[in-house]
Amino acid sequence: MKGALSARELKRYYTLRQRGSLFSTSKTLKAVDGLSFEVAPGEMFGLVGESGSGKSTTARLLLGQIPPTSGEVWFGGDKVGSKPDANWRRMRKRMQMIYQDPLSALDPRIVIAGQIEEPLIVHFPEFTPADRRRRVAQVMADVGLLSHHGDRYPHELSGGQRQRVIIARALAMEPELLVCDEPVSALDVSVQAQVLNVFADIRERTGFTGVFISHDLKVVRQVADRVGVMYLGRIVEMGTPDEVFHRPAHPYTKALVSAVPRTGRSARSRIILVGEPPNPVNVPSGCPFHTRCPEARSGCRSLVPELVASGGRAVACHLVNNPSFSGGEAA
Amino acid sequence: MIAPANLIEIRNLSVHFEGKRQFVRALHGIDLTLKRGEALGIVGESGCGKSITWMAALGLLGSNARVSGSAKLDGQEILGASDEKLSEIRGGRIAMIFQDPSSSLNPLHKIGWQLGEALRLHQGLTGEAARKEAERLIDRVGIANGRQRLGEYPHEFSGGMNQRVMIAMALAGNPDLVVADEPTTALDATIQAQILDLLDDIRRERGMALVLISHDLGMVSEMTERVAVMYCGRIIEDTPTADLFDHPAHPYTRGLIAAIPSFDGPRQRLAAISGTVPPPANLPPGCTFAPRCTIVDIGCKRAVPMMRPAGTDPRHRAACEKLDAVLPTITPVPTAAKPNAVGIMQ
Repeated sequence: MKGALSARELKRYYTLRQRGSLFSTSKTLKAVDGLSFEVAPGEMFGLVGESGSGKSTTARLLLGQIPPTSGEVWFGGDKVGSKPDANWRRMRKRMQMIYQDPLSALDPRIVIAGQIEEPLIVHFPEFTPADRRRRVAQVMADVGLLSHHGDRYPHELSGGQRQRVIIARALAMEPELLVCDEPVSALDVSVQAQVLNVFADIRERTGFTGVFISHDLKVVRQVADRVGVMYLGRIVEMGTPDEVFHRPAHPYTKALVSAVPRTGRSARSRIILVGEPPNPVNVPSGCPFHTRCPEARSGCRSLVPELVASGGRAVACHLVNNPSFSGGEAA
Repeated sequence: MIAPANLIEIRNLSVHFEGKRQFVRALHGIDLTLKRGEALGIVGESGCGKSITWMAALGLLGSNARVSGSAKLDGQEILGASDEKLSEIRGGRIAMIFQDPSSSLNPLHKIGWQLGEALRLHQGLTGEAARKEAERLIDRVGIANGRQRLGEYPHEFSGGMNQRVMIAMALAGNPDLVVADEPTTALDATIQAQILDLLDDIRRERGMALVLISHDLGMVSEMTERVAVMYCGRIIEDTPTADLFDHPAHPYTRGLIAAIPSFDGPRQRLAAISGTVPPPANLPPGCTFAPRCTIVDIGCKRAVPMMRPAGTDPRHRAACEKLDAVLPTITPVPTAAKPNAVGIMQ
């Protein structure tokens, strides 16, 4: 019943018109630039990366909220379209999203129970009001909301409770795919742990397929079965969390992992990258990471590395995939 | 009792906010000292008063705030000091760095102008001398091509660069203490690493004291020597950083540590702290953590617990009635315990 999710060579470019004359040139922002990955049924796939790496654009592409420039998304044997037709609505029912900021994802003038019920009215017209109320009560209990919370307005709830409402609303549809975009980033540590536990419990019970996007490597390690590390719209490394985070192969992953604050360690052991992620409007030639890479060779400037899989892990780095990579010594 | 080496001494600092209908107490008597050159971390969840403590000490709270208690800088009272004296202290003796750098900078003025203003106010530098010093500072915080970048506006800088500018401005007054309030929360992981590295370097090089306010226990442990944990407007544990993770004493601290997903160890279910932080207008009686505490008993609700020694290190103190019940389970064989520390404990 649960389907596999597959992204095939997904690209999403935005054209930016330069201000100025009529004949001014336009630039292309490559938010997502050739993304391919598979998520097995029931698997939780984590996507990590810094701001501007294309994580959220990927989430919207996966759900068909925006059309890809090229490439395709397939879920459970069906192509995910982005034209709002009947097929799109049918897919919508099976795929749900959880957003980062719960307050802006809720209507301030509708009570909680009403907001959880609303998508049921749209997608399950065969439900009677009693059916809907039963389903709402059920999902609220699932995420640990009490029944009297249903009569409250969003502003009367705490941040953690609001995030639970968002989760409950997504779960009410019994989705096969759940895309979570930074679902716990706005929460305090103790509440974050509660919400992550709610995720784990519900996954165990319903077995949904999931994509979990976060900049927090610790959180992703906690929830994901497999992770992809994004840099400038591409996946640079992919594998199980333990492989990728404990034995990172790509120089970018190494730096990202070393930047995770850890207890009982001195700040000195971090790998400090020079500079900042380049603007996705001006993606460097060759390997997009070569401008900040401490191990870059001259060949990295011209040759784009492919994501090469070996065993359960895939890495897009010349130095890893081709140990005798020519192109000169460290540049 | 009071060592003269203390740069900052905060005693019984309380803050009330007066609203139209209600009267909210945000800080309940903070006691905190800071030695010259010390790096102190302040940890807690949102709303626990970690920022308010320093805003109150520096007179940065609005007119609806009622501040009482005492805050001394080098033995001199700064609470309720004249505006003139406070402006000398702010930036000159104590500098603050805030979470969101782009909203702390004036979007209408060039970076060089803003840095120059700080130099004029605190060091009396003008003209060529100010420009030279601004270039030196901007270079020190790792912004290349300083001369040109001083002529740019904040919107032309990235978040990380703006935070570097804020650090440069904080350094302009040659302060004895920098209070960094969540300095890297708005920044990406690799940029966060750069900024923390820079702060640490500069602190060591100038012998400045640093107060790092953060919700991230891991980050604080990497950057500081001592940590104060706050909950509901009180300090509930004050400990050398090394002891914080090895022998956390207060149940809240232990809950916080258990709630962080592990990065290195085996993956297991998180031990979440149940419930939520109570609203400041409606705190439970006695220990404010009692409703969420796993080892609570009837005595906890009677009175607010005092800070007392909590471990083998005499500097380690916590405010919990049930420390005796907790400590044996977490302190493995306190052989080298100082007799007096153990004596007060029971």
